[in-house]
Formats: sequence, C-alpha cells, structure tokens
Amino acid sequence: MRIFDPHIHMTSRTTDDYEAMHAAGVRALVEPAFWLGQPRTSVGSFTDYFDALVGWERFRAAQFGIAHHCTIALNPKEANDPRCAEVLDVLPRYLAKDGVVAVGEVGFDSMTVEEEKAFVRQLELAVEFELPAMVHTPHRDKEQGTRRTLELVTESGLAPGMVVVDHLNEVTVDQVDDAGCWMGFSIYPDTKMDEHRMVAILQRRGLDRVLVNSAADWGRSDPLKTAKTGAAMLEAGFSADDVDRVLWRNPIEFFGQSGRLLVDPDLTDDAGADADSSPDSSATFEGNSILRGSRD
Amino acid sequence: MTAIQPLADPSVVEAALDEGAHEQWRALEDEVAADPARLGRVFPAAARKTGRGPLPGADGVLLEDAVRVSLVRSAARSLDPEALLAELREVYRYGDSDEKRAVLHALNGADDELDGTDLLLDALRTNDTRLVAAAMGPHSDRLDADAWRQGVLKCLFTGVPVSSVTGLARRADRELAEMVQRYQREREAAGRDVPLDVQVVLDACAASPEQNRQKDS
Ligand SMILES: [Zn+2]
Repeated sequence: MRIFDPHIHMTSRTTDDYEAMHAAGVRALVEPAFWLGQPRTSVGSFTDYFDALVGWERFRAAQFGIAHHCTIALNPKEANDPRCAEVLDVLPRYLAKDGVVAVGEVGFDSMTVEEEKAFVRQLELAVEFELPAMVHTPHRDKEQGTRRTLELVTESGLAPGMVVVDHLNEVTVDQVDDAGCWMGFSIYPDTKMDEHRMVAILQRRGLDRVLVNSAADWGRSDPLKTAKTGAAMLEAGFSADDVDRVLWRNPIEFFGQSGRLLVDPDLTDDAGADADSSPDSSATFEGNSILRGSRD
Repeated sequence: MTAIQPLADPSVVEAALDEGAHEQWRALEDEVAADPARLGRVFPAAARKTGRGPLPGADGVLLEDAVRVSLVRSAARSLDPEALLAELREVYRYGDSDEKRAVLHALNGADDELDGTDLLLDALRTNDTRLVAAAMGPHSDRLDADAWRQGVLKCLFTGVPVSSVTGLARRADRELAEMVQRYQREREAAGRDVPLDVQVVLDACAASPEQNRQKDS
C-alpha cells in the first residue's frame, strides 16, 4: 500500500511517527501551514514557520524516506489578529517555492469579516500563482461555513477542480461534491469522522475527487489513519486498486496541478506495509535519476 | 563584475537537459544577466524549470545546484562583490534549503573579494547535513580557526564525510586533535562505535604543518 497523506502537521510529530508512517507505506505527504495551538503575535513568527516547512521539516522527512510538501497561507484563526494580517504581504515569496503545492489552509474559523478578507485575498493569490487552494471548514457551524466557502470560491474564478474543501462530514459532503470541488476527509481517533463512516461515504458516492487524510497535529490524532482507512476499504470489499486510487493517485492528481510535486508519481510500491522496509530516500528524486523539468 | 566558478562544466549540464529544459535554462540566464536583481525571482523556480537530481558526468554534483550556480554567475558578471553579496544574502535568507545550498556552492567558487562568512556560520548552525557539507567547502577558508574546528566536529557528529571539508590537511591542528579525542573518548565510554572519519581527522592533525608549527613555538 503506497500512501500519500494529503494533510498532516509533521512539525508537531515525532521521529517515531515518521518511522511508523514509512512502515505503513507513507511515501509522500502535504503539511499545510496552520495554527500552532499558541497564537502567534508577529509576522516574524510566521516566516520562521514557513522557512521550517520548506527547510528543516523537508529534510527531516527525507531522513525517513518520505517526500515532504507543504501549503502556505495565513490561517483563518490568526487572520483575526491585526498583528498577523501583514503576513499576507510575504506569502508570494513562499508561494514561489518548489514543494509548495497549494495555498492553504485558508477558509473560515469564526466567520468574521477579517477572515473573509484574508480568504478572498488568498484565493486571488492561488489564481495568480496557478496553485490549488486547500480550504479548512470550521468545526462550529460547519454547514453554513461550507456554503459561504463555496460562494467565495465561485466568485474567485479559481476552477472548482483546483480547490479541496477539507474536514468534511456526512452533512457537508454533497454541497462540495455538487460544486465540483475536491472533498477532503480528516479521519480522527474520536467521533468527528472515522474510517468506517469514510468507507460508507465512498460506497455511496464513489472515489472521484476524494482525499483522505489523518490531519494529525499537536492534538489527539493518529498519523496512521490513512493506512487504517485503506484497511477498512479492503475489508469492505474495495479492491487494492481502489485503495491505491484514494490513498495515492487522487492526491497526486490534485496536488500535481501545482507542477511542484517532489515525489515520483509512478513510485512503485517497493515495500508496502512491510515493517522491515528500511527508510531510504528512494521515495524522492534525491539520490535518484534526473527528473526533467521545463514546466512553468 | 565578480568571478564565480561554475559548479560543473556547462557542457555537462547541457547534456543533462532536454531541449525544452535547455531553453528554459538559457532564458533564466539571460533574464538574470539583463537584470541581476531578478536573481531572487528566478532562483526558486530554477529546478522545476530545468531538472533535478545527480548530474551524470559530475561526481557528487546535483543538476539543480549546477543550474543555480550558473545563474549566480550570470548575475555576478554585472555586479561588484559587495552588490553580489547583498543579492546572495537576500536569496539565502528567503531561500528553501536547496536555494540556500546553491548559494553556499556559489560562495565556494567565488574569488577572494567576496566574504560570505555570515552565511557559512548560519548554515553551520543548522542540522541539515547538505548545508553543513556545503558550508565546509572552499569558502570555509574564511572561517576563523575556532569556527572551522567546530565545523569539522559538527561533520563528525552529523555524519557529513570529512572528505568534503576543504583544507583539512592544511588547517588541522593540535587543538582540533584534542577536541576530536575528547569526542572519541565520549563515544568509547558510552560503548558506541567511533566513526571512521575520527581517525581520518586525527591523522590529518598529526601530519599537518599547523601541528608541527605549534610544537616548534
Ligand atoms: Zn490542518
């Protein structure tokens, strides 16, 4: 099972997690820029964080044979703090980097005017940099937040296929589906969304435009939820190819639209769920043959 | 104008690029040659526009590093050392690890007028082995003895081969030998393997002119 976790905050995770993820088949991931739990109070705090996402964390992941990508944005929660709003001016610098595969997480937390302003501005940046957007949906009043999100996406001119709306559940999935956006599901160890409910949603509406992630961070979460969802799919009668589609080819298709992937899309399933597989950099282009570019 | 040595022979780079990538490379070089201030703009996209990975025919060199150093060369042709250094500091400050490493490689091929010591020291404070290795290249001649010895010790700690350290035979001295011996004792006391490079450094210290000069004085 080769796995691409399209949403996981590795900065908050340990090297044990990296080892366990590699053993479970994770070979690539996307770490969205988000809130650290402790509110930031200055732009410098953001730039150091962004530097870590395109620097140290990428290096750390490579030590475990995992290709690390990230998304860059001012998150909705901190968009409400005027001391942080100026970070919007430094985003273009980071949106130009290799391995930055989307603008995100953007969206709503408390549905304020400030949040909407930052959200709209960052959708413009996605259009300008020809990058997909990763949209966070609020934990409170998710349905209303999702509706307003889809209105703003339509107004932005960004193609629906360039947008993933994340943290969906049974109540919000259909409106996102109907809008033609990608649907992100975060599988948590508690009740928000679990792997069996995920399987039921896949059975109902199919595998198209679905991204399954662990959204693991500094809170109670499980970086192996992607693999566990794959196992639950197999148990429910989905084929290995179906699992590969959801856990590998879908994220490659979505984030590949950025032209910035640092992993071989055709990476062979070298080790699968083999616990003995030794981490090396074979998952990435480093140490491998030349990847030709000439995209822009 | 400031001279920067290429990281790899341009014909070797050319051979590694297909036609489209080659055109992109030329276009990036022309853009920077026309306006050196564009360096920071073209640097991030250089790898995805040309290519990345080990460069065939240039041992240990990555294609993306060779391309980025060539862009620094283009900018350097119309900049005096001070202006070039200002550009490189900007590119380094806001670069990802690949961009930072390319700046260090460019410094390694720079002539004597350019002093990027501050960037080397920044790289040596990281634990990114690719940055540490690049920081101990030829430009590390600029580091004072204390910083250079700490750099060598950091290579031993982080597993950067000391073969990538410039001037080991020339600069190794008694003080470095003592530092490395203390490191060796610590490893042995803990029952851990001692990296083979420890002996390489100690041998260099024993044989170096610095060591003998200190004995004489
Ligand atoms: Zn998140």
